[in-house]
Amino acid sequence: MAAYTDNEMMALAAGRFIRNGDIVFAGTGVSMLAATAAKRIYAPKAVVFFETGGIDPSLEEIPMAVADPRIMYGTCLNSGLIEAFSIVGHRKLHTIAFLGAAQVDKYGNLNTTVIGDYHKPKTRFSGSGGACDVASLASGVITFMQHQKRRFVEKLDYLTSVGWYKGGDSRRRLGLPRGGALAVVTNLGVMKFHETTREMYLAEYYPGITVDKIVENTGFLVDTSRAVEAAPPTPEELRILREEVDPQKLIL
Amino acid sequence: MGMYPEIDDKLLSLEEAVGRFIKNGSQIAIGGFTVTRNPMALAYEIVRQGIKDIHLVCHSHGQALDILIGAGCVSRLEIAYGGNGRYAPTCIRFKKAIQRGEIQFEDYSNYQMSLRFFAGSLGIPFIPTKSGLGSDLIDIEGFLPEIRKEEKVASKKYVVTQNPFNGEDDKVLLLPALNPDVAIMHAQYVGEDGTVRIKGLTFADMEQAKSADVVIVTCEEIVPRSFIRLDPDQNSLPPFFVDAIVKVPYGAHPTAVYTYYDYDPKHLNLYKKVAEDDKAFKVYLDEWVYGVRSHQEYLEKVGNTALFQIKANPILGYAVGLDRK
Repeated sequence: MAAYTDNEMMALAAGRFIRNGDIVFAGTGVSMLAATAAKRIYAPKAVVFFETGGIDPSLEEIPMAVADPRIMYGTCLNSGLIEAFSIVGHRKLHTIAFLGAAQVDKYGNLNTTVIGDYHKPKTRFSGSGGACDVASLASGVITFMQHQKRRFVEKLDYLTSVGWYKGGDSRRRLGLPRGGALAVVTNLGVMKFHETTREMYLAEYYPGITVDKIVENTGFLVDTSRAVEAAPPTPEELRILREEVDPQKLIL
Repeated sequence: MGMYPEIDDKLLSLEEAVGRFIKNGSQIAIGGFTVTRNPMALAYEIVRQGIKDIHLVCHSHGQALDILIGAGCVSRLEIAYGGNGRYAPTCIRFKKAIQRGEIQFEDYSNYQMSLRFFAGSLGIPFIPTKSGLGSDLIDIEGFLPEIRKEEKVASKKYVVTQNPFNGEDDKVLLLPALNPDVAIMHAQYVGEDGTVRIKGLTFADMEQAKSADVVIVTCEEIVPRSFIRLDPDQNSLPPFFVDAIVKVPYGAHPTAVYTYYDYDPKHLNLYKKVAEDDKAFKVYLDEWVYGVRSHQEYLEKVGNTALFQIKANPILGYAVGLDRK
């Protein structure tokens, strides 16, 4: 078995969710890697696009921000933010968004704004950017997280982006008819959400990671009865990631 | 008469443009997005002129935001995101200013801020969206009530209401329009007739420009009327929206300008290091902003070698193989 890093496993685990025809919204960091990998490995007919307005760029070099000039070349269209968000929420499109966050709760709601009090925070983060928007409007959200107790919390310090809100059909009752949290992909495994209660459960643990370790690192009770071991990356998947997606090792 | 008679009255120096249009307390929208097309030459000039109490309104911003906050020019901020890619996942002086309680701030999202500029450009007082329902963006206000009584500050952050058309339970969020005093932006081309052309992504620059009372555009080149009117499909703003034009090559350095130059990893890494430390940051400002008299002098400090390294392949739009670590 080939050795691989957390970021490689995370990018591939998330990439496996993408199907041909999906419109994939990528943020920065691992999310960029996963979107590029998904298109190169699993779903060549998926379209990667960015909230800044770059639609289907050739991505010959990996961008390191969503406004990177590398997302402006080889696109079908260079537009702007309003056009990009009209795609995210478009009724005819199946749009999947990759996000990152500082905190997540058991319903997949995300915090990317502050730790501590909003007005005088202990730590200030970048803020919503387009995260709140895609969480509201996309068909589904996949979030990347470091799997730590302080990040998987009972109560968020600030709810930046709505997942399943308070569970059940509460998201729909908010006035958000579609979308919701699909999965949380971490450095230990893949979490999904129960079909009716919308509570997070453990779906997959990575090779070499125990279920106990994941439970220990989650700040709320999590159902593990459906957990299976994730397939490790194949040598070909790793080759594509390393040689084609991020040869400069900017993210990997 | 100068070289460009059609825009003679608008063609200004950086000093003139900032001096004439930007005042203490101005509400300013900045064009560009994180690492691209920040109007840096204008931001540096604002710092040099010692403008205070700026009310900044932006979606996702990076270097210009961080310089203006770091230099103490900003007292209020409405923002969706402060970050500079891998060089600053959260903009450093922005982060410090908020953690230290030095500025008043309020969070929105990218789409919301873009829609607010759009509403302002259309002359409508608010605009509905579904984006943000259920989030703390709605539930937690940043500004104090007394600020909300001021002109150009919305009396409420948001209103959640029912869709008035279908009579069912269908909530929407109403966002207040924005009409900033000034929009500042950097473009690749301005025609000698005043037409603006932004190449690559336009972000929300056009909405910002059309929502503002005054628009200042810096550009890489002033190009002939015959060129800019040959392919008008590519143009971004008609001349009558623009109040001031300043030709500033490399006017967005260290951020990128598609087809001209990439972001400058060396400078952004230097910035990342100094921004973490108050003293080092002050020295940086003294050296790179206060200590130079013009953008030309700033570029001489950056140096030809660095500028050559970030020179974009004009076809691909970025510097191929640039060491971006």
